[in-house]
Amino acid sequence: MPATDTVSDRAQQIVDEFSLFDDWMSRYEYLIELGDDIPLLEEEKKTDENYVHGCQSDVWIETELDETDTALCVQGDSNAKITKGLAALIIRVINEQPPEAVADADFDFLDDIGLHEHLSSQRNNGLKAMIETVQERARET
Amino acid sequence: MPATTHPTSETASFDVEALRADFPALRQDVYEDTPLAYLDNAATSQKPTPVIERLDGFYREENSNVHRGVHRLSQDATEAYESARESLAHFLNAPDPDQIIFTRGTTEGLNLVSSTFGRMVVEAGDEILLTEMEHHSNIVPWQMLAEQVGASIEVLPVTDRGELRMDLLPEMLTDDTALVAISHVSNTLGTINPMADVIDVAHAEGVPVVVDGAQSAPHMPVDVQALDADFFVFSGHKVFGPTGIGVLYGKREHLEAMPPYQGGGDMIDQVSFDGSTYDGVPHKFEAGTPNIADAIGLGTAVEYLEDLDWEAVQTHEDDVLRCATERVQNVEGTQIVGTAPDKTSVLSFVFDDIHPYDAGTVLDREGVAVRTGHHCTQPLLERYGLPGTIRASFAAYNTHEDVDRLVEGLQKVRRMFG
Repeated sequence: MPATDTVSDRAQQIVDEFSLFDDWMSRYEYLIELGDDIPLLEEEKKTDENYVHGCQSDVWIETELDETDTALCVQGDSNAKITKGLAALIIRVINEQPPEAVADADFDFLDDIGLHEHLSSQRNNGLKAMIETVQERARET
Repeated sequence: MPATTHPTSETASFDVEALRADFPALRQDVYEDTPLAYLDNAATSQKPTPVIERLDGFYREENSNVHRGVHRLSQDATEAYESARESLAHFLNAPDPDQIIFTRGTTEGLNLVSSTFGRMVVEAGDEILLTEMEHHSNIVPWQMLAEQVGASIEVLPVTDRGELRMDLLPEMLTDDTALVAISHVSNTLGTINPMADVIDVAHAEGVPVVVDGAQSAPHMPVDVQALDADFFVFSGHKVFGPTGIGVLYGKREHLEAMPPYQGGGDMIDQVSFDGSTYDGVPHKFEAGTPNIADAIGLGTAVEYLEDLDWEAVQTHEDDVLRCATERVQNVEGTQIVGTAPDKTSVLSFVFDDIHPYDAGTVLDREGVAVRTGHHCTQPLLERYGLPGTIRASFAAYNTHEDVDRLVEGLQKVRRMFG
């Protein structure tokens, strides 16, 4: 079943958590911790289909509908810790949400926590492509 | 910032602080209370005030299209543009300014040569010899040519330390080798290749050599005649000049035999619907309105470079590179990639299993600008089995304090990810 809290509820929660840190280093340390906390994507799920190539770092993304076909379960991984932490934030707001909510989600909350620069295409860390992949899959379901 | 405890490398003829004063972009905080330590010079260099002012002055007072203008401004612009060509010829010790073609940069220079000269000399069944350390821009144009004409690409390997396997060069130059294309200095390893030797060996077999000088022109005097290079290309933006402008030098007999690269205005002699005849070198390679302002800015940049005491600059750059190498090596977990004895300006390394993107992000927050990734040399990184490196690259204006900042940043990276 879809979660009861919305994409924006969860985004706000993240903004609140990050507001507790007043310097960039503790924000990044927290981000890395969040990345370490998400379940590792099993090796067999790191398929070509789930691989998002970034020039700087690599990302894997796995999506499937839950047993009721009403919520999208999202898992992800990256070989860079900062990218993985950001993937964890993105996954946290969209995981187990209805596919249409995932397709419409924006990630402006990253702006509020000073991490939006990592989504620019110039960074080319795979996150932008990861979001495009997830949203495309959400639209197709 | 802690005071540096290193012996100063300043000499009577080279005052690094005076040089830095010419580069306004170096004097800024990139984050709050975080001054910039710019160590990404292999990607692009900062610009000195004389270059910035030259561009400003051109647009304010001289801007006009070049060649064939009868009015005053056009004559001034043409004179400034052609005089920049003379400065560039002097910079490379080219025999004649006509052998200097303005391009958009190294990449366009290489594409120009592969599309014109390459099409003349490379035939089906021929081989184009590259090296394992080439930048993508000195690989892909040759692959495109090889595909078009049915030639093949051969690759001269590098050693574990990042030196060319010169011992293999004679046997790799076969009867089928039509052309050698090679970088003078590796953008990822900093290795200075023994270019004069490569050219001698290739010429002994009658094979022309195209030199990618993107990383050498900023750091050493280049004499294309002493090298006997058939072609030498480099980018303006890496030698304190503007972006979007570069230079192709070629031997006169090649340039005259080559067909034009692009058609358009400014490169023709006569045009009719029955056919057109082309202008001579260099203009037949500069179709359309050229990048006038940036060519003039580049002229100022190389004049600025030539005014420096090169011997002192090189002593200083070598000193900073040596110091950076030693100090980075002493940070636990680092491993230098590229340890050839003859190196300049580039320090590539890996840091335990810390991903370069993570390290680069933290260094950036500390104000230290480095580059991370494969540096457009994927085949080279593959040879070393690495997904990427952290690359600090230096210019004449870098100091021991910049090295301190890099090392302090790396220690922070280790605390966060180690």
